[in-house]
Amino acid sequence: MTADTTALMPAGHDDPEISGHDAKRGGMDAALLGMMLFIASEVMFFAALFAAYFNAKATLPVFPPEGYEDVLKVIPVPLIATAILIASSFTMQWGTSRIRKGDRTGLNRAVAVTLALGIIFLGIQLYDYWELVTVEGFSIDSGIYGTLFYTMTGFHGAHVLGGVIGLAVILSRGLAGQFTRQHHVAVEAVHYYWHFVDVVWILLFLVLYVMK
Amino acid sequence: MATTTAPQTGAYVSRRSTVLEWITTTDHKKIGVMYIITSFAFFMLGGLLALGIRTELAVPGLQFINEATYNQLFGMHAVMMIFLFVMPMTTGLANYIVPLQLGAADMSFPRINALSFWMLVAGAVLIMSAFAFGGAPTGWTLYAPLSAITPELGVDLLLLGLVVLGFSSIFGAINFIVTIFKMRAPGMGLLRMPMFCWTTLVTAILLLFSLPVVAAGLIMLFIDRNYGGGFFDPAVGGSPILWQHIFWFFGHPEVYILILPAFGVISEIIPVFSRKPLFGYKAFVVATAAIGALGFTVWAHHMFTTGAVSLPFFAFFTFLIAVPTGVKFFNWLATMWGGHLRFDTPMLYAVGFIALFLIGGLDGAFLAVVPFDFMVQDTYWVVSHIHYVLVAGAVFAIFAALFYWFPKMAGRRLSERLGKVQFWILFVGTNLAFFPQHLLGLDGMIRRIPDYSGNAGWTQLNFLSTVGAFLIALSVLPFLWNVFATLRKPMEHEADPWDANALEWATSSPPPPWNFDSLPEIHTERPWFDVKYPGVGHGPTPEPGTQMKGTAA
Repeated sequence: MTADTTALMPAGHDDPEISGHDAKRGGMDAALLGMMLFIASEVMFFAALFAAYFNAKATLPVFPPEGYEDVLKVIPVPLIATAILIASSFTMQWGTSRIRKGDRTGLNRAVAVTLALGIIFLGIQLYDYWELVTVEGFSIDSGIYGTLFYTMTGFHGAHVLGGVIGLAVILSRGLAGQFTRQHHVAVEAVHYYWHFVDVVWILLFLVLYVMK
Repeated sequence: MATTTAPQTGAYVSRRSTVLEWITTTDHKKIGVMYIITSFAFFMLGGLLALGIRTELAVPGLQFINEATYNQLFGMHAVMMIFLFVMPMTTGLANYIVPLQLGAADMSFPRINALSFWMLVAGAVLIMSAFAFGGAPTGWTLYAPLSAITPELGVDLLLLGLVVLGFSSIFGAINFIVTIFKMRAPGMGLLRMPMFCWTTLVTAILLLFSLPVVAAGLIMLFIDRNYGGGFFDPAVGGSPILWQHIFWFFGHPEVYILILPAFGVISEIIPVFSRKPLFGYKAFVVATAAIGALGFTVWAHHMFTTGAVSLPFFAFFTFLIAVPTGVKFFNWLATMWGGHLRFDTPMLYAVGFIALFLIGGLDGAFLAVVPFDFMVQDTYWVVSHIHYVLVAGAVFAIFAALFYWFPKMAGRRLSERLGKVQFWILFVGTNLAFFPQHLLGLDGMIRRIPDYSGNAGWTQLNFLSTVGAFLIALSVLPFLWNVFATLRKPMEHEADPWDANALEWATSSPPPPWNFDSLPEIHTERPWFDVKYPGVGHGPTPEPGTQMKGTAA
């Protein structure tokens, strides 16, 4: 509930019986539920991109198309990026469990590490793109294969960037001491989102690089 | 018993100017009104485009506009009516009414609510600007490969505008779902929610799962058009059929997104004006959820003639949807059966909806028959079907809702006399405009064509259809005058002019910014009825000598 709306409420608004925010009804916080629903819609967004990929894989006689069989290699760069992103999920979980115990310093340390890993991942992805375009000559207009690869990984990268921005907000709020054991819904929401981004990458890594 | 203390005097003193207050508001009621006004403006604009189409088709030959303009008109007409009229209109009604029916003070996320509205405005500006850059000669379905190669910049603007609208609707959907799960008044279990809240919930779930898919498709198309992508280009391994799959995976749930709120409106109005509870409340909830779930299993019935889809599977599920829809019809009729019917304008529109939506539904059942669908694919039969469900369906329900809830929003009733005049013009106009299109479709007249031969025998039916279209346009005039004249009268502040059932009538008209000073106990899906008529409905019978608590503000 925003501050200016609260000002319009009659006295006693905080009483859950009156406001309809019935804490005893259980279930998750409204903001967390909102984040879960947003992630559900994001799942459908990526599902459409994966559907396009599998459609091409199922209908084209040769897939990956001729000339591009070995352009996407697991080792070394994508494997390193995958390891980094998976590690960042663990550090994020570490931070969330710290603040659930009321440890603000632990939260800030963990979020800082996660933020750094996220930025490193994005750096590696840009380096990988640069290599593919300049060395392999593989770009978004290299037929359906290039279009799919850059669209899928590009939108994932955009979501990592969104997560990095979220982490930066969490870090600055954490450094300002705004989170407590009871009140840290923003941390919980960003940590769900970060795990989601990680899972999408694992699927992309398996589908695009390992099982092509 | 949940009783709030009286609001603090002067708790709400706006220091902002009226314009700034409306632009910056996070009040769900003001946002709802802005949605309704904006979408009604697009209803009239989209209607003007339809008049352009019908004028050209009135007689054989090209007299009024050329082919290129015609292409723009039918595409933009559909885009505006679907994305800028029906969707924001039902969102606006839900915005205003759902928190009131739940007994809540506002939506769960009031600022995201405002963001959704202003994203709608931004998307609308992008879509309208397409007109200045060649429009979108692709129809609203944007089928590839035409949409991927046609050079107009307008198509790109349309794509961007639709993505922005999509995000607006996704945020709105999340807001409605969380509000419905988290903000219900004490005692209001999910199975005591008014039916309009239920249909809003299912609509929001459909939006949440279908819009991201088409957003991905729109972005793919944008990449194809602007960055050398090959998603829909067969020359480089892409697939135009993929576009149809992605579009209709959204597009079919979309038709339920357009019509489920209308079902909710009708289910609010029929019991009130029949003086009976809604027949089969739980069956109605199950039917609504079933329509939502089945809505995701039938998208390829739009693609029977591509030869790329399983005909028996999609035909079967398409027929299956007729079952929950039939349950709804049965429940509406059973609610009216033996009731004390009052034919005020909202009820007139609701009954008109039931009669005409049935025609649209039966048209659709015909289309589920695969051989028949092969015969009438892309003919005026399909045009007739969609207009019977969206004009006779959604538009009738929207007018029913506007007449029903206007007294709550504005504190005074619209004129019944003008309302009835409007209803009969619209009723005659709708049938005159769209019934002849069945016959044209059966006779083989193809849609999206600006001209036809004078020897085809289609001239009279087309002329009738054009007369009907002008009658529909005419029917808007008494409504505009009605609203204008009513707003000039002083407020009557009737809290409950229709003697209705749900909680939105348990507060003043218009409601205060905090909505409720007190809430009654809730034992059934008609809490306000139970307060007014203790012991009459399904609520608990009060013990002798006690008074039911809970009063209107």
